[in-house]
Amino acid sequence: MTSGSESSPSLNALFWGFSSVGLSGFGGVLPFARRMLVEERQWMTAADFNAQLGICQFLPGPNVVNLAVVVGKRYQGLPGAIVAPLGLLTGPVLIVLLLALLYDRYGGLPQAQGLLRGIAAVGCGLLFAMAWRMGMAIRQKPLFWPFTGLTVIAIALLRWPMPLVMIAGLLLAGGVAYWTLGRK
Amino acid sequence: MIVFELFLDCVLLSFVAFGGATALLPELHRVVVSHHHWLDDTTFTQLYAIAQAAPGPNVLVVTLIGWKVAGLSGALAATLGMCLPMSVLIYLLVDRWERFSGRRWQQAISLGVAPLAVGLVFSGATLIAQAADFRLGAWGVALVTTVLSLRYQALHPLWLIAAGGLLGLSSWL
Repeated sequence: MTSGSESSPSLNALFWGFSSVGLSGFGGVLPFARRMLVEERQWMTAADFNAQLGICQFLPGPNVVNLAVVVGKRYQGLPGAIVAPLGLLTGPVLIVLLLALLYDRYGGLPQAQGLLRGIAAVGCGLLFAMAWRMGMAIRQKPLFWPFTGLTVIAIALLRWPMPLVMIAGLLLAGGVAYWTLGRK
Repeated sequence: MIVFELFLDCVLLSFVAFGGATALLPELHRVVVSHHHWLDDTTFTQLYAIAQAAPGPNVLVVTLIGWKVAGLSGALAATLGMCLPMSVLIYLLVDRWERFSGRRWQQAISLGVAPLAVGLVFSGATLIAQAADFRLGAWGVALVTTVLSLRYQALHPLWLIAAGGLLGLSSWL
């Protein structure tokens, strides 16, 4: 905590700052959160941001919502922790609900069906690219990639419930990781 | 009571949502389409497409599913169920993070969860292809998207989404 109270963003600033983050990103807004917090408004330094991001990425759940809670709490306590994620989500939720209304009304038209088919195909490709990128970022690939394979078999082929798969997977992969960490 | 069930399902899922909402796609499909039959395959993939084309965090696909299952209250219940538990937990834990960050068990979980998250995202991609019943054209678009997105990191996904939408409109897929 380096910032004095005069440089702490107000509740208003938190709401609108995170609104701008929520509305600027497509398919993940975390990079935009970094830009807003570190570069544009300079509420925190890059090192600070990375430190705060640690817990947000460690815990499950939408990382950027977690980040909004952390930043909101840091500057305005409980009210900030409520207002920042609200700012992040309100605009996008309104837009997506508007789209949902349009979908209800016109979703049956062949044009809309075609449009959504095309977007789904692109979305599928973006997911493959994301998986590839995440897979390449993994350290000690020969040791950990098999767990990726097992996850795909359990989830995509066998359609086992994800909570069970994740608990079992975390015990196995986390156990292996724990063991390798001890060997250093 | 469908709203309450939806809320509880999302709360449960939020505890295993390592890798964010994107990693949840396969499980969302399993719960909403295969288990409860609240939506069919086509609607599920179309909602995913809408979420892709809208600005905002990835968690919005959950909002859309909630809305389609149970209207406005469904949308709010699903979104809250997904966001609230971890928000509360992180609010309580963040000041103690310094103490457990860097510990061996913390690093082990971070290392161990990464390959699982990759598997979840990959499964999500195959599942969308399956549920949308991709034909050759759609597979082609998916493949080209994958290559372009990996090759040109600076390329904004919105361009790809727009191109895909146009191709779809012209009923090539």
